[in-house]
Amino acid sequence: MVGILISRLIQAITVMLTVTAIAFLMFRFVGDPVQLMSREDASVEEKEELRARLGLDQPVYVQYARFIGRVVQGDLGMSFRNQREVATLIAEKAPATLELVLIATTLSLLIGIPLGVYSALHPNGVLSRAIQGVSLVGISVPTFVTGILLILVFAVSFRLLPSFGRGQTVDLGWWTTGFLTWSGIKALILPGITLALYSLTLIMRLVRSEMIDILSTDYIRFARARGLPERYIIFRLALRNALLPVITVTGLQVGSLIAFAIVTETVFQWPGLGLLFMQAVIFVDIPVMTSYLLLVGLVFVTINTIVDLLYVVVDPRLRARAA
Amino acid sequence: MFRNFRLTCTALMMATVAAPLSAEVLRWSSQGDIVTFDPYAHTESFTASVIHHVYEPLVRRSETLSIEPALATSWEIVEPTRWRFTLREGVTFHNGNAFNADDVVTSIERLLHPDARARGNLSTVTGIEKVDDMTVDFLMAGPYPLLLNDLSGIFIMDKEWLEENDAVLPGNITTGVTSFASTNANGTGPFVLDSYQPDVGTIMSANPNWWDTPKHNLTSIEFRPITSDATRVAALLSGELDMIAPVPLQDIARLEASDGFSVIQEPALRLIFLGFNYRDELHAMPGQPNPLKDERVRKALWHAIDHDSLRDKIMRGKSRTVGILVAPPVPGYSAEADVPLPYDPKGAKALLAEAGFADGFSTKLDCPNDRYINDEQICVAVKAFWERIGLTVDLNTESRSTYFPKVDKGETDAYMLGWATLPAMDGFSVLRAILATRDGNSGGNNPNGLSDPRIDELNQLAAVELDEDKRRAMLTEALTIARDKAYFLPLHQQPVAWAIRDGVAVPQFPDEYVRLWFANVN
Repeated sequence: MVGILISRLIQAITVMLTVTAIAFLMFRFVGDPVQLMSREDASVEEKEELRARLGLDQPVYVQYARFIGRVVQGDLGMSFRNQREVATLIAEKAPATLELVLIATTLSLLIGIPLGVYSALHPNGVLSRAIQGVSLVGISVPTFVTGILLILVFAVSFRLLPSFGRGQTVDLGWWTTGFLTWSGIKALILPGITLALYSLTLIMRLVRSEMIDILSTDYIRFARARGLPERYIIFRLALRNALLPVITVTGLQVGSLIAFAIVTETVFQWPGLGLLFMQAVIFVDIPVMTSYLLLVGLVFVTINTIVDLLYVVVDPRLRARAA
Repeated sequence: MFRNFRLTCTALMMATVAAPLSAEVLRWSSQGDIVTFDPYAHTESFTASVIHHVYEPLVRRSETLSIEPALATSWEIVEPTRWRFTLREGVTFHNGNAFNADDVVTSIERLLHPDARARGNLSTVTGIEKVDDMTVDFLMAGPYPLLLNDLSGIFIMDKEWLEENDAVLPGNITTGVTSFASTNANGTGPFVLDSYQPDVGTIMSANPNWWDTPKHNLTSIEFRPITSDATRVAALLSGELDMIAPVPLQDIARLEASDGFSVIQEPALRLIFLGFNYRDELHAMPGQPNPLKDERVRKALWHAIDHDSLRDKIMRGKSRTVGILVAPPVPGYSAEADVPLPYDPKGAKALLAEAGFADGFSTKLDCPNDRYINDEQICVAVKAFWERIGLTVDLNTESRSTYFPKVDKGETDAYMLGWATLPAMDGFSVLRAILATRDGNSGGNNPNGLSDPRIDELNQLAAVELDEDKRRAMLTEALTIARDKAYFLPLHQQPVAWAIRDGVAVPQFPDEYVRLWFANVN
């Protein structure tokens, strides 16, 4: 266990160093922050002075070394755009993204697994075929289209749900939550569904194919021959085995949901990390962009580690090996 | 944290208390958010326009955009480098503190601090002196006619409040100082800031102790930034908003057709034009002489543009074709010079032949695709117009964040630029930044070697001319030279379009500022 954690830590540091190094190499192609920060009619002198102040006149490797030096001391720097600490900005935005991802993941598991099991049990049923058809749509329609469609139907036509924002949030001091107010919950529905759609489809299809494979294996046939109850066979024996790859995929999906909620957050003006990143890209806000990429690297490594640990919990064979 | 919680509570209480008294709330949205509430920490005109509801300048723009007294009641030029301002009596900040000369001195010194990002907005002022409690003197490096224009964008903060909250120094990226003033505000303006959450919203309520008589009937303003165009329009249609500014051009027709909503439009100050490369060779034709240095070639390019179809097909009839680089309300404008060269492809070809380019030549054309209204489509059309008279045009469109650095480095042959003369709202801004030769303080947006001795001379003269009539004549002369020699190819004045729900009355301004202290809802 300790061995795993140490090797993961080293892995995390390597991943994050690589990601930020690549990011720094790419920033020169993203644009010039000085241009966007100066007044429209600023003189050349004014711009050069600002550039020097920001350290952007230095070679890329010097800028990178300075950045790493600051990060090691726990300082993510300040946003070029609004001159606030990046760490504060991220802390402000993280709850919105995490709550959205939590809802999306819950939705995709709660709906995806039962649907997958159902269509595996009745592979030729009319309902299963319908589910398969709809899931194809879910996996192929881009997020912004689904988002806008949902807004048009539920916000504009029926006026049932809000089209943007988080609604009323409650400030708990270190966390703002939308779960405690009615308007906050209503605001979660549309973006939650939009974000969930892809991973829901993925999980459903995965569960279905795994279940179909497992249901035709010998041990299930023997279990049936022993006369074990069908419920027990499907949920205890078959589904448990089918869930192993689902855990990996869900883990990776949570990572990508956090990292790439950008489109959903932009469509619904969801004040989370994705929107923060989007605006940082538009404004060439280098400190925010690097910190975000750093964070995403960390999230992926952490989730992978958790997934590996969960494997041990779910699969007794691994537990025996470790012992 | 606790303070935030308190703010939320206050906002909730206000909402419940104000509700029965026929709360006139205006909920509006724009694409961008305010970057900070610290007036000296940014240079964005949108942010300035929102902050203006809370903070006020010494002089402000009236409903006709003329300059009128605000926190200062009168001023005089004691000597060319010393302007004396008499301050308004009886004004209080939102926290109850009285407004006086100390506040002005502290504010201006805070703005002139090297760390203040907006200090370029008052570049000619070297210092400020308190004369008595209600009088201050501005000290200048030399005679400068545009001080009032500059001051109309400089908001005054409260000395005691800045000191209490350790915010006397502006925020600074390099030393990592975050200013309390970047997320809080205490001004003298018509609205009081209740809460500011980036990307979520800004809520203000009417200031009952405002020194001026309100022309609005609002009790509060809710500003909700929405990045996505489609969502912003949907939020208006679903009744979650009362106003959006601006409206995406592609949605104007749809909104006009919807019941209960209307689109209001006005030509904006921002003019769109094409600039040229004046160096020895073009990037598209290295090693050969630059055809664009020939006045006849530039005029041919101008004659080749079919302005009517640009306006009708691409701008849907909402733009105004122009021949000069400033809009009519801006000092320096002249109706005689505001005449575009007519569409005449034959004449254009003849001019090209006369200049020795009967077979055309190759040029690059660079344009942004996310900065001006329909910028990319305009450039695609221009490419087609120019190819019709025999040019080979290499068109390249890209995002503003990479486009403007490229223009600034002079890596273009022909490029698109938009100019609104803001915040000064004066033709001198075109003369100094765009027409004058790039040298120190001049020519900040003249990256491609344009240099005209008479224009440079006028740039020096107009900068210090205190006689307004003479000064305007100089601006007009410079702008007319630019037009007659076709130094730039003006295209049009782009429109500003907002959408409102029925029952909202809000005046529009060509500088695209949202001034809700003139708004009424019912």
